[in-house]
Amino acid sequence: MIQLENVTKTYPKASRPSLDDVSVGIEKGEFVFFIGPSGSGKSTIIKLLLHEVSPTQGKVMVNAKDVTSIRSWKIPHFRRSIGCVFQDFRLLPNRTAYENVAFALEVIGKTKAVSRRVVPEVLELVGLGGKEHRYPHELSGGEQQRVAVARAFVNRPLILLADEPTGNLDPDTSIEIMRLLDRINRTGTTVVMVTHDSNIVNQMRRRVIEIESGRIVRDQARGVYG
Amino acid sequence: MRLKYVLNEVLVGLWRNVTMTVAMIITMAVSLTMLGASVLLYMQVDQMKNFYYGEIEVSIFLRTDVTDAQRQAIDSAISANPLVANKTYETREEALKRFQQLWKDSPEFVNSVGPNSLPESFRVKLKNPETYKTFTDQMTGMQGIQDIIDQRALLDKVFNIFNAIQVGALVVAGVMALAALLLVGNTIQVAAYSKRREVAVMKLVGASNWFIQAPFVLEAVVAGVIGALLGFIFLFFSKVVLLDNKLQALTNILTPIDNGNVWLMLPLLAGVGAVVSAVTAWITLRFYLKV
Repeated sequence: MIQLENVTKTYPKASRPSLDDVSVGIEKGEFVFFIGPSGSGKSTIIKLLLHEVSPTQGKVMVNAKDVTSIRSWKIPHFRRSIGCVFQDFRLLPNRTAYENVAFALEVIGKTKAVSRRVVPEVLELVGLGGKEHRYPHELSGGEQQRVAVARAFVNRPLILLADEPTGNLDPDTSIEIMRLLDRINRTGTTVVMVTHDSNIVNQMRRRVIEIESGRIVRDQARGVYG
Repeated sequence: MRLKYVLNEVLVGLWRNVTMTVAMIITMAVSLTMLGASVLLYMQVDQMKNFYYGEIEVSIFLRTDVTDAQRQAIDSAISANPLVANKTYETREEALKRFQQLWKDSPEFVNSVGPNSLPESFRVKLKNPETYKTFTDQMTGMQGIQDIIDQRALLDKVFNIFNAIQVGALVVAGVMALAALLLVGNTIQVAAYSKRREVAVMKLVGASNWFIQAPFVLEAVVAGVIGALLGFIFLFFSKVVLLDNKLQALTNILTPIDNGNVWLMLPLLAGVGAVVSAVTAWITLRFYLKV
């Protein structure tokens, strides 16, 4: 599903590469943590998978496609197969939970009829049934993140990327979000999560890939934070 | 739904930033008015050249002390010249009569001119007005000729003035167009900034580039077209008020401006306004949104 082959990424003006000759493969349906200190290069992996940045060297394969060879005008279409969740939720403040999710569908060309059918379903799935018409400021942090997860998942992507999704949440709420991601994983969606929340990693006991200074120092099935 | 969404975004966008929108429309209107005026003037000068150059005559004024023999010699020299299409002879009395007719509105001026003040002349029409120089060279030096005047030289002076006005209008149009472009760019940047969250989400979930850009580009196009409409209305009223009423006397000299030509300015201005706005907006977005 995801394949990094000898990937090096050096940002312009950076003294050392953010990722240094990284090779890793992730199978369909896996749940993978990328852990490591700040600046270790974890977030660069997310950006590479979304093709927000191109690798300096090496190959990034997503869904059996070489990401770097996708023509720029086809990138939007490519991104529809990837859902994304971030630490800061990135919801539209002037839209309700329902509208936030529906917006994501409608801007990729789905009709209102489709969103009327699909959006309540996915909001129910993430545990927001009955709160569809609340605005983000009327929701708790955990609930906002659930909206974000619903938005990422509503299009049934093959891969869900989560960049520190629990970074702004308290431990209890974090665990609820993890349960939600776990449930999504069980539907067959590959989940790639970047985090430095040791609690969560230790509880989940999933594959852990540790990065330090741009290199993989550990890759362990059913690992702990270490 | 998508069309409705895009149109709604355009209206909201224009209204959100209404002072900038108005500034954009006004500069666009002024610039396009100047462009329209300049194009009309160009067409006008062209038309006038065709009209007047066909009518052009070379006047050979004779000296007051010209002898019959000299007049006879000039007459036959003109007739024999292969460049000449036809000629007429005008006596002093005829010249005076024509003069009185021409200036009948100012009798004092007419009365100050006696029957002997105006010279007799040959009016020569050339087959090709361009050959004026050759013809003049052949005629000068003949006895009894006071002066040879080509109307073309006079007309050229008039046309030079028109050309200068036309160039001036084009320069103003260009400067205003530059201001309009900068305003369009700025307005689009502000619009994109105020919608940065939406744009970020759209990029994230994979909305196509055209879908992200269309509302912004259309916003600029709508402003450009409104500017063009205003410019056209201004141009049309200027034509009606100035040329058809206030300066009607002038239009006897100028050939009348065809209303069809003025109407032709509408699609021209709208097209230029729309295309220029769209391209500017699109280029701005490429730098600003990096979609």
